[in-house]
Amino acid sequence: MPSIQAEGDKHHATRRAESHGNHHDDGHDHGSLRSYMTGFVLSVILTAIPFAVVMGGGFESRLLTAAVVVGLAVVQILVHMVFFLHMNTRSDEGWTMMALIFTVVILVIVLAGSLWVMYHMNTNMMPQMNHEALGLGS
Amino acid sequence: MSTVSQTPPGTFWETEPHHHHEGASTSIGFWVYLMSDCLMFAILFATFGVLGGSYAAGPGPKDLFDLELVALNTAFLLLSSITYGFAMLAMVKNNRNGTLAWLAVTLVFGLAFLGVELYEFNHLIHLGAGPQRSAFLSSFFALVGTHGLHVAFGCLWLVTLMIQVRQRGLIPANRRRLSCLSMFWHFLDVIWIGVFTFVYLLGMI
Repeated sequence: MPSIQAEGDKHHATRRAESHGNHHDDGHDHGSLRSYMTGFVLSVILTAIPFAVVMGGGFESRLLTAAVVVGLAVVQILVHMVFFLHMNTRSDEGWTMMALIFTVVILVIVLAGSLWVMYHMNTNMMPQMNHEALGLGS
Repeated sequence: MSTVSQTPPGTFWETEPHHHHEGASTSIGFWVYLMSDCLMFAILFATFGVLGGSYAAGPGPKDLFDLELVALNTAFLLLSSITYGFAMLAMVKNNRNGTLAWLAVTLVFGLAFLGVELYEFNHLIHLGAGPQRSAFLSSFFALVGTHGLHVAFGCLWLVTLMIQVRQRGLIPANRRRLSCLSMFWHFLDVIWIGVFTFVYLLGMI
């Protein structure tokens, strides 16, 4: 930690000197060419694989194909978060990360809850809801 | 008891208000906005997840979607993300013309994305697969359309910032605005990962 702190101070000092002290270092990491290129190359790979799999007809098991596609998407979202959005636990004293974690929790509840409840509703309501099949007109 | 009242003011509490740098809380504030936007997209994704299989005897994803077009769009958005990153790197190096050039390249990719998306929507509506055709198509247009609208406003913001940077240079306020748009732009790319995965790829399996 001390070395990182020292480096940060040095960085801060350099930045201040460059911009004649009028630039406020907001504690955000703007990334480097290296990190952007790493993120870009990883994203291209993680995009190309699912497209290739699906356009090539997919695996024999549809479930396996879906799992691979969704899994790679999750990895790619993490890659974007780290290399493009520069997410870390330090910026704004960790509040960005806290806001993100809160959002992800709500997101999972909304998505999983909606799909779960509506799937069961559909299953249970199907005989009444299927008007065409029962000849009740539509 | 008299010893308590002898405590000079300012020992236990601050007598001066806090001073923050102008814009010190902008990035966290903008991040909270992005997270609320993310929740809105979560609801649109949930809607699509629930209604995505209700074709109303109409066309399904396999009849409508062209994955090559989607791959092209994904490439445009990913390239615009990296070129925006280059614009930010030029900004950190105080390179005004470099920043403007990379922002212009980003704008071109953003507009190319919108062009392809509008072509796709137009094509679908021509086929009679407009948003009113089925619940699947309603939720599809709501989700993908909202994302497209975000990209459109991002492009508008990009043009505004290019004019600002051209006129005022890379002043602290403009740096802050460029950082916010950077977050917005990369965030839209993250949402697009969800769109091409859950709407297009899973629909075509």
